[in-house]
Amino acid sequence: MGDLYDSQRAMRQMRKAAMQRGVVAVLDVGTSKIACLVLRFDGPERFRSVDGVGSMAGQSQFRVIGAATTRSRGVRYGEVDAMQETERAIRTAVQAAQKMANVRVDHVIACLSGARPRSYGLAGELDVSGGTVTEQDISQVMANCDVPDYGSDREVLHAQPVNFALDNRSGLADPRGQMGNRLTTDMHMLTVDAAAIQNIFYCIKRCDLELAGLASSAYVSGMSTLVEDEQELGAACVDLGGGSTGISVFMKKHMIYADSVRMGGDHVTSDISMGLQIPAATAERIKTFYGGVVATGMDDREMIEIGGDTGDWERDRRTVSRAELIGIMRPRVEEILEEVRLRLDAAGFEHLPSQQIVLTGGGSQIPGLDGLASKILGQQVRLGRPLRVQGLPQAAIGPAFSGAVGLSLFAANPQDEWWDFEIPADRYPARSLKRAVKWFRDNW
Amino acid sequence: MRSLIRRRATADMPHDPAPSKWGYRYQRLMLTPGFRAAVRIGVPILLIAVIAGSWFAKPENRTMLDTRIAETIRGFQERPQFMVQSMTVTGADDGLMAAVVNLLPQEYPVSSFALDLLAIRAEIEALDAVRSASVRVGPGGALQVDVTPRVPVALWRDGPVLHLIDTEGVQSGTVISRGDRPDLPLIAGDGAEQHIQEALALYAGAGPLRDRVRGLVRMGERRWDIVLDRDQRILLPGDGAVAAFDRVIVLNLAQDMLERDVSIVDMRNAERPTLRMNEDAAAALRRVNTTTTGAGN
Repeated sequence: MGDLYDSQRAMRQMRKAAMQRGVVAVLDVGTSKIACLVLRFDGPERFRSVDGVGSMAGQSQFRVIGAATTRSRGVRYGEVDAMQETERAIRTAVQAAQKMANVRVDHVIACLSGARPRSYGLAGELDVSGGTVTEQDISQVMANCDVPDYGSDREVLHAQPVNFALDNRSGLADPRGQMGNRLTTDMHMLTVDAAAIQNIFYCIKRCDLELAGLASSAYVSGMSTLVEDEQELGAACVDLGGGSTGISVFMKKHMIYADSVRMGGDHVTSDISMGLQIPAATAERIKTFYGGVVATGMDDREMIEIGGDTGDWERDRRTVSRAELIGIMRPRVEEILEEVRLRLDAAGFEHLPSQQIVLTGGGSQIPGLDGLASKILGQQVRLGRPLRVQGLPQAAIGPAFSGAVGLSLFAANPQDEWWDFEIPADRYPARSLKRAVKWFRDNW
Repeated sequence: MRSLIRRRATADMPHDPAPSKWGYRYQRLMLTPGFRAAVRIGVPILLIAVIAGSWFAKPENRTMLDTRIAETIRGFQERPQFMVQSMTVTGADDGLMAAVVNLLPQEYPVSSFALDLLAIRAEIEALDAVRSASVRVGPGGALQVDVTPRVPVALWRDGPVLHLIDTEGVQSGTVISRGDRPDLPLIAGDGAEQHIQEALALYAGAGPLRDRVRGLVRMGERRWDIVLDRDQRILLPGDGAVAAFDRVIVLNLAQDMLERDVSIVDMRNAERPTLRMNEDAAAALRRVNTTTTGAGN
């Protein structure tokens, strides 16, 4: 896993540089929209008055000074499909956000929702033989994790240590400096398609931007919508996006599982378009205006005009009742939720102490979705909105922006990843000066 | 599959809000703070420099500018308020007046900007006969020169030339003969001009001998001799010359010493004043002495 490991390290350096400059952009490349937020970092806790309450997720470190959304083009299932169109769409969003912020951004942190994420739980152990655990031991135990063969066409997107155990004590927050014999760790590794990442890389590079970080959209949505105790006790965040639905399971404030269902709101739209024989744009409009998943008697009488685009305005005056629209939408939504249920079952979600499920993303705005979801996913379902951050425009505080907001939180204080720790000594290049210094320090 | 080659924007094609690649780059460039400052400040400066440079590149423009500047300056300086119409010189006698007037501008009116008063004052003060001068442009546009001439207190004989010399030892002119300034004492000898004060004190203390004093001679740059008429000399010591001279005067008053045939009164050693008599007097004295001693015998 050499290639992305190094580039992730390089991206962390880039992120540090961006923090020093104080301006970084986050880019949520989705299937239905591309959102770009420009963040200004002015040091910790600058933007709040002293009221005794600290920020929950470090969201007071930064301020959104530019926000822009554009209709996404050339993206399907959360992956780049037509590169030049995606590049143009990214350019549109970045330019508009820059214009609003009136500052030039060079560093961008991106997230992608598709690319077939796959989760792996890894375990590693290291014999520290009675000494104290050092920083070097931690990177060594992570390097000792037995990595499965995830395929040559995949790359590691996240590799986060979620637990450390020293001898028989598990759940250590920080094992450094403690005495013990056997250090073990559990690591959560998320791999995605290499080609999808390459495409995103390329698109962003073509926009003269430097990529300072890459994250999974499911993960960052969970970071922005799950409240603290949900993250602590166990919860799943279901991000109903346009082309894909991201699932992330959190436990003890760490993501322990992530997956993505390759279905989303666009499929609902295309169902309506096919079922009612109307253009996709009209279908999208009536879905957002009249859509729902629970029909009532009132809906039989509410007629929606759907015709008009054939040019035969006199004859083409078709109408459809809202109940019919709901009848088209509901099976698809049910299918998505059942697929989510399957993934969660496969991940062993029912074994968590708390089984809260939070629905977010643009698709979660369908009226009545929480009722339907509680029938399929279980009783503890709520609709989630992203955390409020400073300076975010009113238009961008809806659940459709949980990915973008979560990405800003990710930019402000990312969780430890494998590549944030020191390189284990045996991975240094031979005859490295650093290695010599380390040998000297260890032996004297 | 749609056409991969984008031929022309057609009406049914949805509007693409994306900026062109160069438009995007241009906007990013304009958002760069350094570049923006450079454009905001540098471009106007460059423009001004180019315009000014092309204007100054033509020689006729440059000469025109020069003449305009010169005309403007002259127009300002030659305003009637700044013109000097006349001059007055005060405090100088006729000969000095002519010398001073020679140093002043000859043609009037002249602008006061054209007069360098400090230089004029320095030139006037460089004259021997002038002790100090003040030069100013007074009310009514008159150049006022106040000259304080040097007051000669002695004549100093330097070889055949007689210099007028003031108390500071500065020469302020020459006279042709001693008779021109009989009121001044005559001083001679090497280094005499540096001890004018002492000479004047001696001369002032001459009292009854004033008419007989012909001059004072500095001997060996150390002490004074007072030369009287009838080739009499009074040799004074280096220190306490005035007191020694006073003793001579008192001796003279008491015994008419200098009326006698004495050639030199040597007061250099205060304990042993010595007289040198003329040859005849010495012979006569010797004769008298022998007769009186003889008679006494």
